[in-house]
Amino acid sequence: MTASAPALLDVRNLSVAVDTDEGVASILDGVNFQLAPGSIHGVVGESGCGKSTLIKAILGLLPARSRATEGSVALNGKPLFGLEQASTAHSVRGRQIGFIPQDPFLALNPVFRVGDQLLEAMWWHGAGSDDTNREKPRAQRRRAYSERIVELLRAVQLPDPELALARYPHQFSGGQRQRLLIAAALACAPQVVLADEPTTALDVTTQLQILKLLRQLTRERGVSMMFVTHDFGVVAQLCDTVTVMYAGQTVETGPVATVMEQPSHPYTRMLLACHPERSVELKGIPGAVPSPLRPPAGCRFNPRCPEVIPDCESGRPKLLPASAGRHVACFRCHAEAVP
Amino acid sequence: MKSGPILSLENVVSVYGGGRSWLGRAQPEVRAVDGVTFDVQEGEALALVGESGCGKTTLAKTVLGLLRERSGNIRLDGKLVSGLTPQQARLARMTIQYVHQDPGAALDPWWTIGHTLDETLRIHAVSDRAERARRIEEMLSAVGLDSSFLRRYPHELSGGQQRRIGLARILILHPRIVILDEPTSGLDLSVQATVLGLFDELRHQFGLTYIFVSHDLSVVRRMCDRVAIMYLGRVVELGPTEPIFRAPVHSYTRALLSASPSLTPGQLDGMPSLRDDPPSPSAVPSGCGFRTRCALADRVCSAHRPALEAVVDDAANGHMAACHHWQDGLFSSADGSLAMHGVGAQ
Ligand SMILES: Nc1ncnc2c1ncn2[C@@H]1O[C@H](COP(=O)(O)OP(=O)(O)OP(=O)(O)O)[C@@H](O)[C@H]1O
Ligand SMILES: Nc1ncnc2c1ncn2[C@@H]1O[C@H](COP(=O)(O)OP(=O)(O)OP(=O)(O)O)[C@@H](O)[C@H]1O
Ligand SMILES: [Mg+2]
Ligand SMILES: [Mg+2]
Repeated sequence: MTASAPALLDVRNLSVAVDTDEGVASILDGVNFQLAPGSIHGVVGESGCGKSTLIKAILGLLPARSRATEGSVALNGKPLFGLEQASTAHSVRGRQIGFIPQDPFLALNPVFRVGDQLLEAMWWHGAGSDDTNREKPRAQRRRAYSERIVELLRAVQLPDPELALARYPHQFSGGQRQRLLIAAALACAPQVVLADEPTTALDVTTQLQILKLLRQLTRERGVSMMFVTHDFGVVAQLCDTVTVMYAGQTVETGPVATVMEQPSHPYTRMLLACHPERSVELKGIPGAVPSPLRPPAGCRFNPRCPEVIPDCESGRPKLLPASAGRHVACFRCHAEAVP
Repeated sequence: MKSGPILSLENVVSVYGGGRSWLGRAQPEVRAVDGVTFDVQEGEALALVGESGCGKTTLAKTVLGLLRERSGNIRLDGKLVSGLTPQQARLARMTIQYVHQDPGAALDPWWTIGHTLDETLRIHAVSDRAERARRIEEMLSAVGLDSSFLRRYPHELSGGQQRRIGLARILILHPRIVILDEPTSGLDLSVQATVLGLFDELRHQFGLTYIFVSHDLSVVRRMCDRVAIMYLGRVVELGPTEPIFRAPVHSYTRALLSASPSLTPGQLDGMPSLRDDPPSPSAVPSGCGFRTRCALADRVCSAHRPALEAVVDDAANGHMAACHHWQDGLFSSADGSLAMHGVGAQ
């Protein structure tokens, strides 16, 4: 990891809680990560561990009963948190952070044409810092933005990009809708892209084109990206670094090759072993994810971990530097690392 | 000793649009399913794989009877169930159930999960309350969730949790044929393994037949007996899973298999992309639909639409492809590696 380059997006010690009828549930607990310019950071972890919540917290889009209880988020060195109420927060986020939401079916408004929905964001935020269209008359500006969208739709492999603008969301397939959202997120030429499982509905040939497009954006324009996915193949091919989360906490983070080829946290290892190419019998990790209302004491993975030592049930393991540039939160790994 | 197929499709065509919208704008016709023919045997798992937008969901909806086919025959247990009105068609095909591609949109946002599951069983005439509760409990634990989820609303669930509820909701109905539209997308590997294990188990326990729509080739390879590869509304290759994965003959299939991201990092730049843009579904190329992106294409390919034909001597094997040049394809992959001669690199 390039520790020297200042992070474009800097998330420190972020915790999120949600009020439920049965009490307060801790969804995220002290999450840290930094996005360096031009790099792609993958986030994996069990379903429900708080990946989407992390993105929503950064964007200030947490649902009604959830709130960030601790921590800070900074973009380009400027804190984003605490800006919630101010209208500037919205425009900073809209202009500089592109967001690809997880659910392509719910994210588009069914009653408006796709073209109008995609144009709206550009109308507000423009198309990047070098956008010269903002001063132009309405009609010209509209034409310029439409052209940009058509170009993006072509880049994400949507057939008939010109005709697509006049269609309604239901007239697209699942994967086509997902690509509309990718184009929408890139339309304002953001510096940071937060992508929540953006290629789940895509076949692998189309996915490949999209991965290449994203990689190109980071190389040529220094865009940074956080990429949430369950697909370790995509992590391996696209990402520079990866964070593995479990029950709202980071358990392991580091360069992709290290984490994938020599995973050290037991959860990472057991998760990778469930891959259909690797698992002998189709069985998940024994046990269930703990309820965020009643997280177990000590390491949150300890009830399912085959390698517990006494420490695991008492204290919370810190995320400490370990071999090959990675950080691991595991007492056993820490004990083994110290001679 | 084999009885006839449980489901049989013959030249099924489904079309969107055509005619005019209320504004008087001409709507281009999209032949989303363009002459699909295949049989599904009782108890098998058939994968439906293909480019995004190639018509998989449309085909699923047509088979279910949610969408009326323009032409062609659909038989269930040998009985013709096509050419009916939508209501009649859905009634005749009640033993076929569908697990929606989108988990969130399939759940009613105003109902708790428990209410949704209970209502599903009630609609399907399970009148005994204790029986309903028992089946819900059983299925919930089978998909790896506990009963505290019954009190929650859909927005209080993560994407993967919604997907598991969607599965539970269909499986409690004990259907005979289940169409699973992307059933594992959005699941982590651990839950995915559990759910796949559950599919296998239920399949054997209830003799279920699956049509498995998926983009995840390692899942398909693991789960399915046969694979149908679709491109632009047509089946381009069909056959038993292993032969297709080991020696695919259609250029599209080969492009697809080589685009599957491997677990060994750092190969993105070396992976060949399909050339050219995807063709418009409302102006499908003449002849072979894949020819604009295929390096093997020549004049024959634009003049004639290739039929789905057996590609090995052993016809019982059932490996078929729709390509004028499949022999070339077979030749270039004879060394067992995925030779990319058939696919134009960008
Ligand atoms: N009102 C609520 N009550 C209890 N738990 C809640 C509530 N709202 C959200 N949660 C929980 O918060 C957790 C985090 O959800 P989030 O959507 O961030 O998960 P995720 O990591 O994105 O999962 P996936 O991979 O399935 O999309 C989930 O376990 C969810 O059940
Ligand atoms: N209501 C509609 N009106 C017009 N065209 C439609 C409609 N629904 C789908 N289409 C088009 O029909 C084609 C097939 O769509 P379908 O949803 O069946 O694709 P799919 O194979 O399921 O794709 P994906 O893998 O992305 O879900 C696409 O080109 C799509 O744009
Ligand atoms: Mg999520
Ligand atoms: Mg679909």
